[in-house]
Amino acid sequence: MPIMFSYLFMGAAYGILMIEAGFLWSYAVLISAAVYTGAFQFLFVSLLSNGVSFLTTAVSAFLINSRQLFYTLTFVDDFKKMGKKKLYMIQTLTDETYAVNCSLEQVDEEKRSIMFWVALLSHMYWILGTLVGSLIGKLIPFSTEGIDFCMTALFITIFMDQWRDAKDHFSALLGLAVALICLFLFGESRFILPTLLLVSAILVFRNARGEEENR
Amino acid sequence: MNRPSYLLVSILVAFFVTFMLRALPFMFFNGEKKMPIWLEQLGKALPSSIMAVLVVYCLKGVKGDPIGIGLPSLVASLIVVLSYKWRRNTFLSIILGTTLYMVLLRFF
Repeated sequence: MPIMFSYLFMGAAYGILMIEAGFLWSYAVLISAAVYTGAFQFLFVSLLSNGVSFLTTAVSAFLINSRQLFYTLTFVDDFKKMGKKKLYMIQTLTDETYAVNCSLEQVDEEKRSIMFWVALLSHMYWILGTLVGSLIGKLIPFSTEGIDFCMTALFITIFMDQWRDAKDHFSALLGLAVALICLFLFGESRFILPTLLLVSAILVFRNARGEEENR
Repeated sequence: MNRPSYLLVSILVAFFVTFMLRALPFMFFNGEKKMPIWLEQLGKALPSSIMAVLVVYCLKGVKGDPIGIGLPSLVASLIVVLSYKWRRNTFLSIILGTTLYMVLLRFF
């Protein structure tokens, strides 16, 4: 399974990152088990080290993870038939398991059973990766300064995927422009919250206006 | 800021927000009720904006320290972009970029 390697690898990178930032391994594992998201978890390390407010954490989590809402929406009917497992299935739906679930050709009971195992194993790989990463993080003989660049690299590759798949580049360019303007206005430690709010407001406003014109 | 209480509450906030997002469709949009159209459109447009913001967030140090952090991160970013264009392999690009960045940091 491709998920296995990517989750073990990225989980381990996350674990090393948390240790490098000075957190205990137990926090790394707790976050991987409870929050369990890719991009936001990496950002979360940096937010926590900067001691940002709970509001910034909440808004960042809300906006960055908002895509999850659209993932569970696809599987509302399947999850409902899964009884007690429903809550666990909701908690563990990610970009990767969503993609796998969408590709399943089985139906009904068989499909739901596969979905459960995909969810469980992926979650375990992610936690295991984090555990291993945060434990070996201390043993690496050379300085791991700069390992946090793996987060930048990850975001750049996701950004390039989205750029390739997008019909127009308005929202990508908007994000870049607003982020740069806010960076200069508010400074490094405080620009993320105003940027995220401003970008969502502009996107909602633009879509609303598009609706009016179509009428 | 590494006090356990601060960390635990932050983790709880992040967990709660993320779980609610995942659970939202079950509470509001099950069956007959459809998602409002503006929300659906926002869901399509938001991800690329957010990723752009995050890339800027990661490279924000360039502004404060153009040589010490700036040059290594810009060179490493360029390598990530080029290698990803070439192979479209996320691991390869992450490992190449991160290794290069760590090596370059030691020279500046």
